[in-house]
Amino acid sequence: MSNNIKKFDANELYASKFDLFEGKLNGESKSFFHQYRKDALNLLKATPFPTLKHEEWKYTSVKPILKKDFIPASLAEKLEVTSEEVDSLKYKDYESNLVVLVNGIFDKDLSKIDELPSGILIDSLKNVIVNKPELVERFKDKFQKAVTAFDALNTTFASDGLVVFIPKGKVMEKTLHILSISGSENETVLSNPRNIFIAEENTEGKIVHQYVGKGSNYYLTNVVNDFYLGQNAILDYYKIQDEKDESYHIDKTDAYQNKNSVFSHFSFSFGGEIARTDLSTILDDEFITTNYYGLYLAKDKQHVDHHTFVDHAKPNCESNELYKGILDGESRGVFSGKIMVRQDAQKTNAYQSNKSILLSDNAVVDTKPQLEIFADDVKCSHGATIGRLDETAYFYIRSRGVPADLAKSMLIRAFANDVVEGVKIEHLKEQLNHMIFEHLNQIEIED
Amino acid sequence: MIKINNLQARVEEKEILKGLNLEINPGEVHAIMGPNGSGKSTLANVLAGNEGYEVTGGEAFFEGKDLLDMAPEDRAREGLFLAFQYPIEIPGITNATFLKTAINEIRKYHGKEEMSPKDFMALIREKAQLIGLNDTMISRFVNVGFSGGEKKRNEIFQMLMLNPKFALLDETDSGLDIDALKIVAEGVNKFRNKDNAVLVVTHYQRLLNYIVPDFVHVLSNGRIIKSGTKELAYELEEKGYDWIKDENLQPESV
Ligand SMILES: Nc1ncnc2c1ncn2[C@@H]1O[C@H](COP(=O)(O)OP(=O)(O)OP(=O)(O)O)[C@@H](O)[C@H]1O
Ligand SMILES: [Mg+2]
Repeated sequence: MSNNIKKFDANELYASKFDLFEGKLNGESKSFFHQYRKDALNLLKATPFPTLKHEEWKYTSVKPILKKDFIPASLAEKLEVTSEEVDSLKYKDYESNLVVLVNGIFDKDLSKIDELPSGILIDSLKNVIVNKPELVERFKDKFQKAVTAFDALNTTFASDGLVVFIPKGKVMEKTLHILSISGSENETVLSNPRNIFIAEENTEGKIVHQYVGKGSNYYLTNVVNDFYLGQNAILDYYKIQDEKDESYHIDKTDAYQNKNSVFSHFSFSFGGEIARTDLSTILDDEFITTNYYGLYLAKDKQHVDHHTFVDHAKPNCESNELYKGILDGESRGVFSGKIMVRQDAQKTNAYQSNKSILLSDNAVVDTKPQLEIFADDVKCSHGATIGRLDETAYFYIRSRGVPADLAKSMLIRAFANDVVEGVKIEHLKEQLNHMIFEHLNQIEIED
Repeated sequence: MIKINNLQARVEEKEILKGLNLEINPGEVHAIMGPNGSGKSTLANVLAGNEGYEVTGGEAFFEGKDLLDMAPEDRAREGLFLAFQYPIEIPGITNATFLKTAINEIRKYHGKEEMSPKDFMALIREKAQLIGLNDTMISRFVNVGFSGGEKKRNEIFQMLMLNPKFALLDETDSGLDIDALKIVAEGVNKFRNKDNAVLVVTHYQRLLNYIVPDFVHVLSNGRIIKSGTKELAYELEEKGYDWIKDENLQPESV
């Protein structure tokens, strides 16, 4: 069967792989989690993948993804990764516990986790399902249910992923660095991790999640993340997406926050042909803070899409959103930010801003703020700007002896500055500045 | 040091400079005065290489090199400096980073190694003290939130840091209070030596009491219509520009 002749149905294609997948699960197919998979399979069979006709997907066509036949990681050949490669890929010079996911599957040998404060758990989803199912089962009502075909695809084939559990009162002192390596030499692989992060009452933690590619083929990362924050929990999550250029990245992340908790989600997006992040938070009690920051650099035909949804359900909460895009070539940057302020949610403060710089005439920006406010005593603001590099500032910098290309990249880094400055890990900040600089060098700087 | 012959330039189809001649030698200070809109800032921008201004004729040499052929950054690296009439704000870049990058790029151009952080800090401290800028201003973003006078002071601070051969000061005195004017003038006087040159653009004779010029030129309608010594500035302060314009018209109408 040749892909380019027969137009296949993606839903059917993936559903047909399930029996084989199930057969490889061994005893684990009796766990509570497996019922999720079967439910998701039914959903996958019944729910078409989104098209431009879906309101939430109207700027992002996933057709290129659906034309390809991706093999779920647990059915594909194993991608060989050495510890030297891990050392060279992961960011240097900062103290962290390291978890390596290879095509979404926890790799114990490559991971390096020091002794953790008692009760903190960092383990594979597979292990947790078999050995400590009660840990995640307790929170299962708070976890997202699959809605789209991509969600269903993830859960159907979720053979592994990561579980992080910080019990009451504990502080995860060391940053947790998650390195997701995807790809294959001979196949086109579907990396499908399901990650669960639970921070109970009075806890703290910082997580850096780095996505990279390996091997000669393109691949699809289709990740689902769930965050649960108990009262007073403070959790910072930094996503740094640097997938291979011709690959695809779909991320669905949901957070559930309790009273007084602070959740900060950063999305730095550099790689991938299509990169979509869906991020949503329910602020289900008072005095909660939710911060979303994003920075994306795109060139050629790259397509970067952030969809956010902040759901203010209770009074006295605050949310801040700032997304900044730098778009070159024929790239397209999409931002859609929905803020819901429910009737109960008096004294809500909600801010949202999306700013883009276009470096070429052919780059495109779509930005769509959606405010739905049902309470009367609230402060909400949103704004979007699209601009070009400031010519007078460009001349000013050059007039001090700085060459044209460096002047341009200084201005771009200056534009990105307030997002990068929000990063609370000093070495990561440096790393990000470095990455921005490297990606800018790949961007054609024409005069 | 600077030689300008019959320079003509326009902005957005409008002729501004209409054949300007000027020569400045090392060790000299020149002042240009002239009515609003006469082309003073245009001259400054053309010399600094602002691509928004189109040179339509004439030539300009800097130490014998064709200035009009060079990119703005190369003019700066060769030793030309423009203190802007309206300094630019750059959110996201601190003064310190800005100057460090500029200094090191200029050094690189001349085949020199980067300045050590220690030497850089020492230089900053020395020059900032000279011009009365405090540490917090140096770690702030370039000109962001600076008052009008602070921005002007910052221009002179940059000049002192980069130590150019030829400094063009475009209305650096406007917006400065009397004390700041003295400090800035003192900075310029400390900078002056027999090997460099300064061209100040100003509307006020007062500045020239502090930065004493060797020559004063009147720019009107795109040309230098009169040149003289510092006494000319007093005369202008007293009589305005009309008498020269009239005087200047006569020979043409003969
Ligand atoms: N970017 C521009 N677009 C259109 N016209 C311009 C532009 N820049 C300058 N001009 C015009 O060119 C003329 C000369 O301007 P210039 O700034 O050189 O005057 P100036 O002598 O410096 O005046 P001032 O004393 O007010 O600073 C003015 O009429 C001005 O309006
Ligand atoms: Mg002017």
